[in-house]
Amino acid sequence: METVEINLEEQFQARIDADVRIEPKDWMPDAYRKTLIRQISQHAHSELVGMLPEGNWITRAPSLKRKSILLSKVQDEAGHGLYLYSAAETLGASRDQMLADLHSGKAKYSSIFNYPTLSWADMGTVGWLVDGAAILNQVPLCRTSYGPYARAMVRVCKEESFHQRQGFEIMQTLCEGAPEQKAMAQEALNRWWWPTLMMFGPKDADSPNTEQSMKWRIKRFTNDELRQKFVDMMVPQAEFLGLTVPDPALQWNETKQGYDFGDVNWEEFWNVVKGNGMCNKDRLGARIKAHEEGAWVREAALAHAKKRAERAETQAA
Amino acid sequence: MQVAPSETVALNSYSPELRQQLFQYVLQLADTSLILGHRLSEWCGHGPILEQDLAMANIALDLLGETRSLYQYAAELEGQDRTEDDLAFLRLAVEYKNPLLVEQPNGDFGDTVARQFLFDNFHYHFLLQLKASPDERLAAIAEKAVKEAAYHLKWSSEWMIRLGDGTEESRQRLDKALGNLWRYSGELTTPTAAEKALQATGIIPDYAGLLPKMEAHLNHVFQEATLPVPQGVFMMTGGKEGRHTEHLGYILAELQYMQRTYPGMRW
Repeated sequence: METVEINLEEQFQARIDADVRIEPKDWMPDAYRKTLIRQISQHAHSELVGMLPEGNWITRAPSLKRKSILLSKVQDEAGHGLYLYSAAETLGASRDQMLADLHSGKAKYSSIFNYPTLSWADMGTVGWLVDGAAILNQVPLCRTSYGPYARAMVRVCKEESFHQRQGFEIMQTLCEGAPEQKAMAQEALNRWWWPTLMMFGPKDADSPNTEQSMKWRIKRFTNDELRQKFVDMMVPQAEFLGLTVPDPALQWNETKQGYDFGDVNWEEFWNVVKGNGMCNKDRLGARIKAHEEGAWVREAALAHAKKRAERAETQAA
Repeated sequence: MQVAPSETVALNSYSPELRQQLFQYVLQLADTSLILGHRLSEWCGHGPILEQDLAMANIALDLLGETRSLYQYAAELEGQDRTEDDLAFLRLAVEYKNPLLVEQPNGDFGDTVARQFLFDNFHYHFLLQLKASPDERLAAIAEKAVKEAAYHLKWSSEWMIRLGDGTEESRQRLDKALGNLWRYSGELTTPTAAEKALQATGIIPDYAGLLPKMEAHLNHVFQEATLPVPQGVFMMTGGKEGRHTEHLGYILAELQYMQRTYPGMRW
């Protein structure tokens, strides 16, 4: 038995190394399956919970055009959630169980959604920075080793890039607008900059899953690599907008051809991850409430479908 | 002015009085879609299941799209350089002309479905007729919106049936929702004096002509949903003339907050 097991593992790794996509019916190590279920479902949960901070501003958007864009964006996010739950289901996870894990706090979602949206400029910042960070995380996932996840990410990334451009455009409009608007943009950047850097996860040294995930080509870059890319990409954009990045240690490093930047507040990061961010309780509470208050609707739909099927059967007989 | 159905007329051929009448009417249609879309958008992230979150956001987005086309046309009819945003964000509750039904709170999913069904059944059949309006712009807006309204009506009809013929609880909830909302359904097809005047010109459809088809669809859905059609309920009106329930003020406070706080800016 053991020999067979080893061979399967070896064959699996050989396929990964040759950049062959793994598909649902292929053999895969249990730990690979588990890691993917964890990662994809957390990704799906992030789309779901991520609807809340932006949904918070739909009824207050300052123009009808912005309101339309925001609504359509949140609708896209619900769609991303659906793709991702489906991708996770190909690994044998059930959506009910994944949701139960979200509601019980066992499964996580992106820490960024535990920050509150306090002004309209947050819609710009979330699109520009948060979606920008998401894209950096997600573009490499279009080549991740598990086929259904990679394919879902291709679709997600297309829409996500569009959202990011929209977010930047909101910022640009604010920065070219009245002084109050510019101040609103700066204030939002001050609040969102560090939390966005945290989206890439803990430092490589403190990231227990990275090594294995890289070996399995689930992940293609380390957290710190992506964080560096993000800073290098965003600082010029902030400068273009005439905004100041809230980091006194930020400085161009000629030797590494990248920016040096200050230390993320890891204590805050872990607090938020552990449930002690500003909105953790509200976000999870809103999801649980929606799920519980929607139970009778889901039951009704099931009961009706059953009645229909029975009627069709009686008719056929 | 009486326009034969086969003719089309463009904005510049209207008399100033007719333009004013039509302006008020197009505002009424725009307000209606805006307020209902606003209500549906409140569901965002709070729906009973992800698929329905998506569906409600989708319907809200369609309604908002219709709203924008209508406000843009209204602004042209008025000819005073107001924009769609001025019309949406800088008018008072008493100036809003939406029927009372669409400003009613979301309540539970059953309340939302009942409100949506009562509206969609009107909206769809109304747009089918409006598509034939001699007013080119209204006809074009209706042409686009009716495709969306057909989808909305399918969605709300199916949910009426699922909830009515689902579990005992869902049936009771839907029944209760209809008990609250039915009294606002009559206003949709009760023309105001302003609407009667426009109906007389042939520019907008006579609601009496919609009733048979609306009734037929409603009866079909209620039958499938195993629900009795409410009878003898007193019908509330007033919204279309700016006399609203107390809900509208709160909607506008939220909707208009940014434009009121930061007037005259680009977003």
